[in-house]
Amino acid sequence: MGKWFKSGSPWIWMTSGAVSICLLSVLGLLLLIAVKGLSYFWPDNIYQWQLTDPQGQEYRLIGEIYDSEEVPTERLIAAGRQLDPNVGKMVTRYLVKTGNREFVDLDFRWILGSDIISRSQPKDVAVIERSKNGDFFGFPVAVIEDGTRLTGVALHSTLQSHIDRAVKLNDQARALQKEDIGSINYALEKLRLKERGYELDNALTSERKKALDAQKATLNEQYKMLEARFFDLRKEAARDALIIRDMRGKDITLPIDSILEVTYANQLSFIDKVGHWFTGMGKFISQDPREANTEGGVFPAIFGTVFMVLLMAVMVTPFGVIAAIYLHEYAKKDWVTKLIRIAVINLAGVPSIVYGVFGLGFFVYMLGGSIDALFYPEALPAPTFGSPGVLWSALTLAILTLPVVIVSTEEGLSRIPSSVRQGSLALGATKAETLWRIIIPMASPAIMTGLILAVARAAGEVAPLMLVGVVKLAPTLPIDMNFPFVHLERKFMHLGFHIYDVGFQSPNVEAARPLVYATSFLLVSVIVGLNLTAIGVRNHLREKYRSLEH
Amino acid sequence: MGNQSVLATKNLLFDHGSTRRAIKDRLTHVCVTLGGTMVFVALLMIFFYLLYVIKPIFDGANITPVISINEMGNTPALMVGSDEQNQVLYRVSKQGHAYFYSAKTGLLLSEKQVAIPKGVTVISSAISVASKQLFALGLSNGQVMLVGIDFNVSYPNNKKTITAQFSYPAGAAPITLDAQGSAITHLAFDFTDEKMSFVYQDEKGIWHLTREDGEENMMTEEVEWQSAQSIIPDTPVRVQQQIMLPDQKQLLLRSNNKLFVYKIDDIEAISLVQVLELDRNNTNVISVSLLAGASSLLVSYDNGLIQQYFQVNGAKGRQYQEIRDFNIQGTSDVIASEFYRKGFATVDKEGALTLLYTTSQRTLFAKNFKVDNVDLTDPTAIGFSPRANALIVESNKQLHLFSVDNAHPEVSWSAMWDKVWYEGYPEPKYVWQSTSGADDFEAKLSLTPLAFGTLKAALYAMLFATPLALAGAIYTAYFMSPKVRAIVKPTIEIMEALPTVILGFLAGLWLAPLVEDHLPGILTLFILMPLSILSTAFVWYELPLKWKQRLPDTYQELLLLPVICFVTWFSFAISPALEVVFFGGDSRLYITNVLGMTFNQRNALVVGIAMGFAVIPTIFSIAEDAIFSVPRHLSNGSLALGATTWQTLTRVVLLTASPGIFSAVMMGLGRAVGETMIVLMATGNTAIMEWSVFQGMRTLAANIAVEMPESAIGSSHYRVLFLAAFVLFIFTFVFNTIAEVVRQRLRERYSSL
Repeated sequence: MGKWFKSGSPWIWMTSGAVSICLLSVLGLLLLIAVKGLSYFWPDNIYQWQLTDPQGQEYRLIGEIYDSEEVPTERLIAAGRQLDPNVGKMVTRYLVKTGNREFVDLDFRWILGSDIISRSQPKDVAVIERSKNGDFFGFPVAVIEDGTRLTGVALHSTLQSHIDRAVKLNDQARALQKEDIGSINYALEKLRLKERGYELDNALTSERKKALDAQKATLNEQYKMLEARFFDLRKEAARDALIIRDMRGKDITLPIDSILEVTYANQLSFIDKVGHWFTGMGKFISQDPREANTEGGVFPAIFGTVFMVLLMAVMVTPFGVIAAIYLHEYAKKDWVTKLIRIAVINLAGVPSIVYGVFGLGFFVYMLGGSIDALFYPEALPAPTFGSPGVLWSALTLAILTLPVVIVSTEEGLSRIPSSVRQGSLALGATKAETLWRIIIPMASPAIMTGLILAVARAAGEVAPLMLVGVVKLAPTLPIDMNFPFVHLERKFMHLGFHIYDVGFQSPNVEAARPLVYATSFLLVSVIVGLNLTAIGVRNHLREKYRSLEH
Repeated sequence: MGNQSVLATKNLLFDHGSTRRAIKDRLTHVCVTLGGTMVFVALLMIFFYLLYVIKPIFDGANITPVISINEMGNTPALMVGSDEQNQVLYRVSKQGHAYFYSAKTGLLLSEKQVAIPKGVTVISSAISVASKQLFALGLSNGQVMLVGIDFNVSYPNNKKTITAQFSYPAGAAPITLDAQGSAITHLAFDFTDEKMSFVYQDEKGIWHLTREDGEENMMTEEVEWQSAQSIIPDTPVRVQQQIMLPDQKQLLLRSNNKLFVYKIDDIEAISLVQVLELDRNNTNVISVSLLAGASSLLVSYDNGLIQQYFQVNGAKGRQYQEIRDFNIQGTSDVIASEFYRKGFATVDKEGALTLLYTTSQRTLFAKNFKVDNVDLTDPTAIGFSPRANALIVESNKQLHLFSVDNAHPEVSWSAMWDKVWYEGYPEPKYVWQSTSGADDFEAKLSLTPLAFGTLKAALYAMLFATPLALAGAIYTAYFMSPKVRAIVKPTIEIMEALPTVILGFLAGLWLAPLVEDHLPGILTLFILMPLSILSTAFVWYELPLKWKQRLPDTYQELLLLPVICFVTWFSFAISPALEVVFFGGDSRLYITNVLGMTFNQRNALVVGIAMGFAVIPTIFSIAEDAIFSVPRHLSNGSLALGATTWQTLTRVVLLTASPGIFSAVMMGLGRAVGETMIVLMATGNTAIMEWSVFQGMRTLAANIAVEMPESAIGSSHYRVLFLAAFVLFIFTFVFNTIAEVVRQRLRERYSSL
């Protein structure tokens, strides 16, 4: 044993243990996110329990099992819970999502295994996804069409057709509101600013005012027309209702225009569930969020993240590449170069929040404030560029990711054999020509790698964005159909911030948690995917130049 | 001939082309050089921009004379002041005669006298706290007049005009205090819409308290006042000064160097609660005045000492206590407190003006304006304007207006990094509390708890990450087979790319409850993990050779994977049982009750683990590179000389790579210090200073993320947050630069080997 210790072998095992722990935790983490994120879309079975409460009363509960754990009995007793002494040392506790938020105190509750009398899976229990107040669990009883109760019809198919109708009408109404009415509002605002601009220049002549007023009047007329149509559509959609029996045994009338989907979870076959799972994911990616971001999709957040990151890529690439070319091709080995190298390392190491502070002070307040004073005086005191927005976020992250592009490009440049450069110069090309025709094309995969890494870094960065432009809920996307189509001054939504916001700022964290896992999974898969691509490109590049060297 | 001309044109073209090419070449050179320097410029810009925002908080104040007005009044002044825009100055005499002057022209705007009953004279007068701009006149018939100064803004002919007038908040009729009609010889008072109190001394020398409680009549909407009266017991014979606190719960009577403190909130039970000795080294008290908020007293002595006192909770209840000293050159005759902040100004007999701030203990400005031909000798009254951006001083029958530029008096090096004794606190403390709902709230901007929290979080993260990352790097670089290494290294490095918001989210919502529920399990895991690895190794060592040969040496780590999984599962599985056996079924209760420690769900342990994971890839990657690039011939030489692999590793490889390992740890530390999201989400973000592993912290970075969006541009808070960012910048700058320099040295050394 002593000899064994002396040989150092146990310590080597310890180091190998460390690697294994690191490896396992990375994989475990990814697996955890994947499992929790993907299971969000899987339709769970709905159970019905008969339970006794501590007073001995029996009651019924319908819901989905969210979580379960083993708890020492003593802890429960210490917490003031009265328990049958012969339940044993441990008792199972289930977290149940009961839905029906407006009718119960808590839509999540813990039930103890020892309180359960019976458990069943009723076939005809329906999960109703609603646009407000979360899910509803219950047994559909009848459909009311325009005030009259329909009898003698197939309940499920009638319900489905009525829901389809309401969803379609609601979609039309929403499109009308977002596109047509939105653009009229936008045009009206533009007119107001134009008028104010004339006023500031003392150029608001009576003809101009008349012309503006005429335009305003036509727009207002259109607005009224569209509004009337919008209300018609909404009214039409609100025609029907559903009578449904909840777990207390009460019949409740739900307006059908608040219902998005009905699923009979306990009737679904495995194939149905897989289908459901895929459509769930599709909706998650393509839909707008609802209920203060705790339900619905994350489309605006995806859009905002992608848009901001692309904008950033456009800004960071030229600077990063030029800096790398300077450092590798042009710089002499003197103190200036050394300073620049230290600057690059430090830019990479400065905490991201510091960039946020700098971006807020310098870009938003100083630059943006000056832009407003120069170009948008008519909108003041409401800021245009002088408040956080997507442009400033992209610019801030461009500085943040600059070192990533530099380091990666420089590595690519250093892999190009000098014989290639010398060959080009020997054939009479100037240095600039060599650069343009030979070096940059050869380094382009490396530049690509740097760009991908920068994009991956930027996509996951949240702290600086909280200061320079990200918001919980942006009413409009940075791109829309109103001239000039791209609105760089707008605030935007971001996947990373969405996770922080929904996970920590929402009133019902328990309900929102699965959605946060799903969002996390989306973000992680994008970022890990980007990184793997970058690694792949880089490895491919290495192989290519290795063959060039000989 | 023709051929030649063709050649000539060709030559010309070629020449032309080559100049263009040369220019292009030159241009590219210039552009690239410019672009390269941009990086450096960007870093400099961040550095200097942060400095530029921070600098004003360390600048002192500036006071400049604006105008001096020759006065009309003869009677001594009771109060001087101005309106909010500093356009109208006023001076009220002790007889209730007011003059209003224009601050622009110095001309007299109007002159007013408080209307008092016929045949009655003003005997005494008193003022309330500065922010109310109220005064009262005690009359010879036992009555009192309560008068305020009001400014009205109107726009006649589209020109902003401010007119000053008297207001009578308790009605224009005098209030009768003394039913016997004795003259009011000394007076102190305060007034709110519901309650007013007057303390006065009658001709016989007896001190009385009259309290009027107001109640709004439902029908007429007029306030009806209900009066009550009482005599103040145990009063000193000679009283130089009488002060009532604006909450009307305390009365202070100064008799020479003694201050008598009375509790007067219950008119039925007035009592003397403290007699404060103000005697200091045979100096005499000149005056006692109230600081803004009226919790602190400023006592000025004839040798230039000014002391701050406030009530501190002690064994005898809340008692006034000496807090801090200020020294000025001469004898401060008059003191003015700002309306809302804790600053004050004083002018001494020689005419030197001093501006001070209590909590930051700063002398912001000191100057004798004689050099500017503004003579302030023998000052008689001083007052701040409501926004504290102007100061009005009366001396030698002149009214002087000064403009005051004093944006950030509350911030000072000592206020940010030393303990500060704030009003209402039992002792000096490090406090970060930047905002509150209350209006008269004083921001407490100590960066010490935040810096402490930053270091605490970084320390726990490093404690967790360094051993794992370094041991992992050693194994990966030195023992692992190239094939496995090619998979393991990028896998661990991928973790660096993982958004920290996700790590933070998992730490806060998944890990924190898990740790809380399985505390004994976590503890067992930390003990069991190394033990189980060692025992696996020993079992492997004792195994017959035949078995061993089935698995190549280099795949040891594969053998450990199931062991680690099992140990982790096992620790968590036995956790509830352990909890029942050792901790009485509830380890949280055990920690709070038996160990006497506070337990937060989101604590340093969770942050340590979560941020540790964020730091591991940084340390791992750099350290692994450093170890891997140790030249093979060194280790081969050592092995050839008979050393074991372990000896070679510790005596040769690690020693050679130590600068690289050091730089890896530095980089990791830099990352841990600046990490925002994990700390923000995995701690309670309370600015406490406790090393306890079961409590949270608030770090500089998280604090910026939380408070920056809601701080007003240009405010002290905004600038202090920039300072926090600057501190982070410098922290990481130092770590990174050291790491980089060390690494460059190492690279040079290797290239020579």
